[in-house]
Amino acid sequence: MSPPDFPTQLELSLPQLAGRRLPRFAVIQFPGSNCDQDCLRSLRDDCGYAAEYVWHQESSLAGFDAIVVPGGFSYGDYLRCGAMARHSPVMRSVSAAAAAGVPVIGICNGFQILCEAGLLPGALIRNRSLHFVCAPVTLRVESVDSPFTSQCYPGQLLTLPVAHGEGCFHAEPETLRVLEENHQVLLRYVDPLTGEPTEASNPNGSAANIAGLCNAGRNVFGLMPHPDRAAHARLGSEDGKLIFAAMAEQVVGMVGGRRPPGALAKG
Amino acid sequence: MKARVTVMPKAAVLDPQGVAIRNTLHHLGLPGASAVRAGKVLEIELEPASDDRSALEAKLRELCRDFLSNPVIEDFQLEIVD
Repeated sequence: MSPPDFPTQLELSLPQLAGRRLPRFAVIQFPGSNCDQDCLRSLRDDCGYAAEYVWHQESSLAGFDAIVVPGGFSYGDYLRCGAMARHSPVMRSVSAAAAAGVPVIGICNGFQILCEAGLLPGALIRNRSLHFVCAPVTLRVESVDSPFTSQCYPGQLLTLPVAHGEGCFHAEPETLRVLEENHQVLLRYVDPLTGEPTEASNPNGSAANIAGLCNAGRNVFGLMPHPDRAAHARLGSEDGKLIFAAMAEQVVGMVGGRRPPGALAKG
Repeated sequence: MKARVTVMPKAAVLDPQGVAIRNTLHHLGLPGASAVRAGKVLEIELEPASDDRSALEAKLRELCRDFLSNPVIEDFQLEIVD
């Protein structure tokens, strides 16, 4: 007999979707994506949203409210992580959607792809330790002014797992300065006890302990940790739901929002 | 006709592979190895030389910049080897 699913505190506190249409997420699949199923399952089963795969050869993202570029090893990480995937046909539509204000989240390899595509600044290079790191990490929410962190409170600590060999965020000093100035750093690796960024809590050597950042328009978000692997209590954390819930709230819960839902319908 | 593209991490970019290789060189009896940078070399075989060599070279240079290297972290060098 499987254990019963009690509603958690998080579920009770999430914005109620009753009476609203379901947000519809596109989960992009590249050859070598391996977190596409995690994303689809967590969005559909753990969050209760609508989600569909979109193969990378597709050119249209019509009818989707939000886009997920999942983790994995697209094209075997040949040349550089994300370098090939960024030239896939679907990426033109992802760029167009991003320019139109649609929320786009890139997780792990998805983050690398968005950086390669120029939708996010900087690049992700080999972990300073050279080791592949697979562990839960503690993250501090640095800004709640985004459609990805709006359901968190400032300074909230989240636990999400990382699993990567090339997650060391690198950017020029000037780029880092602008990121900080505009509060584009949304998540930082921190010590779980003190909540402060330390060298020991930085799993990959990222500049300024940056774990996740958004673009200047605040609708494109890249992060190395996996919300998709932390959306159910049985996985050890359901903090990932907060991020997906924020996206859902943005696309179907907007009151006088910036963009009407379904703005992609024209293709 | 052949093009050879050398891609190297920028000087300001951390190169942990280079550091690990340098440390191993020390263990293997080369204590004088003070720094190693690890990059990659790509050799591209091209159909017999086209008439417009400068257009070809411009195209190669564009692809080096937009695809074969990432200007945020890498520098490239393009050579046409006949």
